[in-house]
Amino acid sequence: MNEASEIPILEIRELGKSFGGVEALHDITFSVPSGVIQSIIGPNGAGKTTLLNCVSGIIKPSHGKIYFLGKPIENLPPHRIATLGISRTFQHVALFKRMTVIENVAIGRHSKTRSGFLACTLRLSSMRREERDIFTKAEEWLEFVGLSDEMWKEAGSLPLGKQKLLEVARALAAEPRLLLLDEPAGGLNTSETEQFGDLIERIRNLGITILLIEHDMNLVMEKSDYVVVLHYGKLLATGTPREIKRNPQVIEVYLGKEE
Amino acid sequence: MNRKNLPGFLVFLVCIGLFPVFATRISAIQHYLDVMIFGGIFGIVAIGLSLLMGYAGQISLAHAAFMGIGAYSSGILTTHFNFSPVPALFLGLLITAIIAFSVGVPSLRLKGHYLAMATLGFGVIVHIIFSEEVNWTGGPSGLVGIPGFGLGDWKLKSTLQWYYFVWLWVAVSILIALNLVNSRIGRAFRAIHEDEKAAEAMGVPTARYKVQIFVVSAAMAAFAGSLYAHYVEFINPGSFDLVWSIRFILMVMVGGIQSIWGSLLGSLFLTFLSNEWLQVFAELEILIYGIILFIISLFFPDGLFPVIFRFLAQQLERRYE
Amino acid sequence: MSIMEEFLQYLISGITVGMIYVLVALGYNIIYNVTEVINFAQGEFVMLGGLCAVFYYESLHLPLWVAFFMSIGTVGVIGLIFEKFAIRYARSQSVLTLIIVTIAFSIILKGSAMFIWGKDPYSLPAFSAGSPWMVAGAAVQRQSLWIMGISLVIISGLSIFFHNSFYGKAMCACADNPIAAKMMGIPVRRMILLSFTLSAALGAAGGVIITPLSLMEYDRGALLGLKGFSVAVLGGLGNFWGALMAGIFIGIGESFCAGYISSGYKDAVALVALLIVLFVRPEGLLGKTK
Ligand SMILES: Nc1ncnc2c1ncn2[C@@H]1O[C@H](COP(=O)(O)OP(=O)(O)OP(=O)(O)O)[C@@H](O)[C@H]1O
Ligand SMILES: [Mg+2]
Repeated sequence: MNEASEIPILEIRELGKSFGGVEALHDITFSVPSGVIQSIIGPNGAGKTTLLNCVSGIIKPSHGKIYFLGKPIENLPPHRIATLGISRTFQHVALFKRMTVIENVAIGRHSKTRSGFLACTLRLSSMRREERDIFTKAEEWLEFVGLSDEMWKEAGSLPLGKQKLLEVARALAAEPRLLLLDEPAGGLNTSETEQFGDLIERIRNLGITILLIEHDMNLVMEKSDYVVVLHYGKLLATGTPREIKRNPQVIEVYLGKEE
Repeated sequence: MNRKNLPGFLVFLVCIGLFPVFATRISAIQHYLDVMIFGGIFGIVAIGLSLLMGYAGQISLAHAAFMGIGAYSSGILTTHFNFSPVPALFLGLLITAIIAFSVGVPSLRLKGHYLAMATLGFGVIVHIIFSEEVNWTGGPSGLVGIPGFGLGDWKLKSTLQWYYFVWLWVAVSILIALNLVNSRIGRAFRAIHEDEKAAEAMGVPTARYKVQIFVVSAAMAAFAGSLYAHYVEFINPGSFDLVWSIRFILMVMVGGIQSIWGSLLGSLFLTFLSNEWLQVFAELEILIYGIILFIISLFFPDGLFPVIFRFLAQQLERRYE
Repeated sequence: MSIMEEFLQYLISGITVGMIYVLVALGYNIIYNVTEVINFAQGEFVMLGGLCAVFYYESLHLPLWVAFFMSIGTVGVIGLIFEKFAIRYARSQSVLTLIIVTIAFSIILKGSAMFIWGKDPYSLPAFSAGSPWMVAGAAVQRQSLWIMGISLVIISGLSIFFHNSFYGKAMCACADNPIAAKMMGIPVRRMILLSFTLSAALGAAGGVIITPLSLMEYDRGALLGLKGFSVAVLGGLGNFWGALMAGIFIGIGESFCAGYISSGYKDAVALVALLIVLFVRPEGLLGKTK
């Protein structure tokens, strides 16, 4: 192994976030190795989404550090973080509902393109080339998630399952190094969830690291390389799915309930 | 121009080119040329406002003020400083852009109601300045003696020349706006409109884009204001007050909030409405506008024309079935 | 007049007009407290209040105090109708729609007022006749005292209402968390309706009491509304006593500007203050301070 690949793609150190009096995250420290599927689990209100929001820059942590490929990012605005190569989906679908499916994915490529105001208003040839690239790539990603047939529909008109897929396609269009998925299978039925598992694996095979928040334990245990357990804003355990399943603390506060 | 928009644009050019041929021959509509000039000038403002409001989703109640800044810059520079119109126009654009930038950076951080109030307050302040700085602006009674438009020996003389000149710039505005709308930046605007947080997470620098489109939109208004000043050769604060800002919003709303062509049609419709068809109502015009705006925003928030067009299209379809 | 007397004179007239701004600001605050909506038609309620009172007093020859309450009632009903038939529907649409609906309504009110009353300014007699009192050389109009007195009564009343009565507290709960409020059995809709009615009536009260002093005409609403909003923001949206301080502050600022600098720019004072506050610390001062 060479030097570079030993740097974790994401490293979180003593991260804390409080909303007024509520401490949503308390001194979280863990890292995500490059190329893995890593899951974050925890009961409702554990702070999973808050953690993801800190990583993608949507909220600023109260204290602590976040390193992406060794570079601190906790003070960057979200669009800069996106440009560095972190892409995400939202727990509550946040599509541009009144735009078409393909336009949504085209927005995803924003960070990969750079035509400025002038180039756009004058339709310079560089801009037209980029525009073609945007839509070819957008089509490819739609095909990748299996939404080619819905390309020209309004995003808001899709059923929830397809909207979730579209969010993934939109995030993938940015060709991220790290993909953050916040409960992508929430609200999906069993067969849809199964397909989602395959999709996640296919994404990983492209070399994209995945940080996944998910409540579906089968999906998590089957697909993840590592699992992080949050509980009331605290890091309860980290480890491989096997280790997590055997961890007595985890069993007590989390898995125990379901058995 | 992408292929999708090309036919429409060509039809537009032909219509605009041919209109005077008819207008000058039929005496009943001869003066329509003059109305069309105003419609075109307001159209430029409306197109800019549509980019800002319809696409990027940011409201501005200061567009009449920006138009006024352009008009007064041209007026003051040409009458007090002997500038010729073209450099005055460019300097006016620069001034407006700087002002719009300094107002836009702090105010676009504000959301919805606050942005509306901030731009409203700014617009009123500008209006007060126009009325109070009598030495420069002529105060409430206005600034007279603004020269016609021209460069060196070349001058716009007839109404017909003015018509083609103004509509040339309308065409340019349409072209710029359509290009922008059909680009990554235009899509980013709509994304900001729909979900700012998601747009930001997709790598859209929302703050920068909002300021940019605010400045561009203000500059378009200022440009129109400058044309207005040179065409009428007289300006007073009354042409740039809150009522006018609301009228511009109405133009955009009538034509379809997210439609470049719609905002142009809306501005033509409203200009004809107030110059030709609503004159009987004289002062009550504003009441009628209020009612129209009220109904449109409540029942047709996407604009009136799109609804009408859709309805007509349905009727046609039904007939051919 | 000596410098000191002049100063005092400006101070008093500043406080008087400031009170009117406070009443408008409270109108914004009430609606904001319940719905987090900002009603652009707020200033028109003031104008309508003044002109309605003129109608009841001049045209129907009702006693002045009857005209006062009738006018408040009339405008309150207009506020109620506006909420019931427009706002309620627009709230389900976008914020942009909501803003434009209230702007459109303000134009309708203004246009109707022009239709009904024309463009002339109207006056009302002062609430009690008599020559001004002289305080340290400055003349205090009796109406000024009425204005301050009535405003203070209204402000105290509202403050007690919102902080101590069940209905008032329930209204505040609606904005904080409408879903929770609903689950607790608070009739959110009725509270919103009440807030619009109340704030319209409040604006009208301001309009009636100021008319004897500074006349009233159809196009005064927009500026009054904008100044009231400046005061509301300056005092912290939702904060009653903050609005009182800010209103007096702006009123005095305007009065001094008119006296010492330029009367033409006096209207800009409140707006410049608004822009500065919005730009410098929108969250800080906007934050609801309860
Ligand atoms: N913007 C906010 N303001 C105040 N409190 C917040 C905010 N966002 C989250 N919280 C609080 O922080 C805690 C963690 O919330 P978070 O959404 O991160 O949980 P989660 O693990 O994603 O839960 P779920 O499984 O339900 O999605 C909760 O108590 C929540 O109420
Ligand atoms: Mg969550």
